[in-house]
Amino acid sequence: MITLSKVSKIFRASGEAIQAVDDVNLSINQGEIFGVIGYSGAGKSTLIRMLNGLETPTEGSVVVAEHNISKIKGAMLRKARQEISMIFQHFNLLWSRTVHENISFPLEIAGMPKNERDARVKELINLVGLEGRGNAYPSQLSGGQKQRVGIARALANDPKVLLCDEATSALDPQTTDSILELLVDINKRLGLTIVLITHEMHVIRKICHRVAVMESGRIVELGPVLDVFRNPAQQITKRFVRQVTEPEATKEAIVHLAERYPEGKVIQLTFVGESTENPLIANLIRNFDLDVNIVQGKISQTQNGSYGTLYIHIDGKNDEITRALEYIEKQQVGVEVIDNE
Amino acid sequence: MNEGLFPNIDWQDIIEATNETLYMTGISVVATFVLGILLGLVLFLTSKDNVWENRTINFIISAFVNIFRSIPFIILIVLLIPFTKAIVHTMIGENAALPALIIGAAPFYARLVEIGLREIDKGVIEAAKSMGARTGTIIWKVLLPESMPALVSGITVTAIALVGYTAMAGVIGAGGLGNLAYLDGYQRNHNDVTLVATIIILIIVFILQFIGDFVTSKLDKR
Ligand SMILES: Nc1ncnc2c1ncn2[C@@H]1O[C@H](COP(=O)(O)OP(=O)(O)OP(=O)(O)O)[C@@H](O)[C@H]1O
Ligand SMILES: [Mg+2]
Repeated sequence: MITLSKVSKIFRASGEAIQAVDDVNLSINQGEIFGVIGYSGAGKSTLIRMLNGLETPTEGSVVVAEHNISKIKGAMLRKARQEISMIFQHFNLLWSRTVHENISFPLEIAGMPKNERDARVKELINLVGLEGRGNAYPSQLSGGQKQRVGIARALANDPKVLLCDEATSALDPQTTDSILELLVDINKRLGLTIVLITHEMHVIRKICHRVAVMESGRIVELGPVLDVFRNPAQQITKRFVRQVTEPEATKEAIVHLAERYPEGKVIQLTFVGESTENPLIANLIRNFDLDVNIVQGKISQTQNGSYGTLYIHIDGKNDEITRALEYIEKQQVGVEVIDNE
Repeated sequence: MNEGLFPNIDWQDIIEATNETLYMTGISVVATFVLGILLGLVLFLTSKDNVWENRTINFIISAFVNIFRSIPFIILIVLLIPFTKAIVHTMIGENAALPALIIGAAPFYARLVEIGLREIDKGVIEAAKSMGARTGTIIWKVLLPESMPALVSGITVTAIALVGYTAMAGVIGAGGLGNLAYLDGYQRNHNDVTLVATIIILIIVFILQFIGDFVTSKLDKR
């Protein structure tokens, strides 16, 4: 659905050259929710803006839904843009128009007759859950509702691709979740390809199938979300993964905690994918002569399985502990004994 | 009627002069509105990082606007005498004042339009582009509606200035309340005429301000 080959973008501002995107090759499949994560200034916005021609690459080619976006201009580009919608961090609604009129805007651009437009807008208002708010002005809506209008507006012309530039960054956690759920729902129902950029791993974890990590204009890591969570290769990726898997306390604090248990051992268990479903703790208690305490933990759901870390304290005879550790290792669960010296 | 408070007033003259003032103000406001928006749009669209970015055109229009905005109106009338004679064929009467009024006010209003347009969120223009809007659609459906409160409050300020300009134009023969106040009120020392002319001008200004404020607040949904 989307293919970027050797894409670079250099901005020349007051004699200075800034390489915003550096030799990116990327291929995104039909129906996929693809995430791009990176810190501020990594070039994420520049990258996504090249997908609908708001920015032209200095080098390389960008093909989206069979349109050669980096080459076409004028009427061709405008036509292509109706198939590649975008939603924004600050919603970018027209304040002079009501919710209904805002959603109607892309249909006016596409030249749909008035009566068909009204019916279509009603449908979209229901799709995003804004029944009864059609005559409100954007200034009368909450952030989450504004983004729903943004999404309805973006879906108006039945696009093939939806681009989301930090679409939830201005929203609180609850609202973020509800918007993300709406995106997943749309992805499943309409088979829409979604590209979203963010600096929050939480967003990637929650809805993306695959993720690319961007640093200084380059994609430094790319893969299915669960694989990246399981084996982050780059330092920056590890930092992002820690945002969602590491319990609130740092490792040092856990070590500190372990000192409170002079007997037995504190163990870090790392769950990946299906293994989270196994009743591991129950089996430990049932099959071994051990006391088991849960110290701290955090398990996260991703679109294709779970990932998480659990700290437990086990106490009992030494050989029983050793046997238990061997058992856990057989369950495809990462085990690490935290030293309490 | 002629005795009492206003011994020198001929109400027929007053009504006629008021009509002339309203006529000059009305025509020049409409023309300034259209011309100012056109100039303001060109100024905005040719500025940096905009759809028609063009330094040469922007510089020329900008210079033109700045020059005509800076010339004192009374001098502008004199400067424009040959031009006015060429198109209106006279220097007497209401129509003779119109070229100077419009050329004096349109550049001023164009700057206000440009400021209003610059206040529009860049993201909204970008959103329209990302939906595949052509530049004409962006002008008609984004730029003008989104800046409408600023355009209306701008034309209100300009219209009030124009009422003042018509009075000045009246002094050199263009008719209207200014002309009446000068010829009848000042030169023949009929202070009551000057007073009545002033009160009528004030009433016109207050009504314009009231309408402008009312429309602006109705339009502004932010
Ligand atoms: N129009 C522009 N002119 C000059 N430099 C630009 C322009 N747009 C972006 N840049 C530069 O390109 C680099 C990447 O910017 P970009 O906006 O793509 O980052 P980002 O990853 O989206 O960051 P953020 O998370 O803050 O939005 C930055 O160094 C930025 O200053
Ligand atoms: Mg950005």
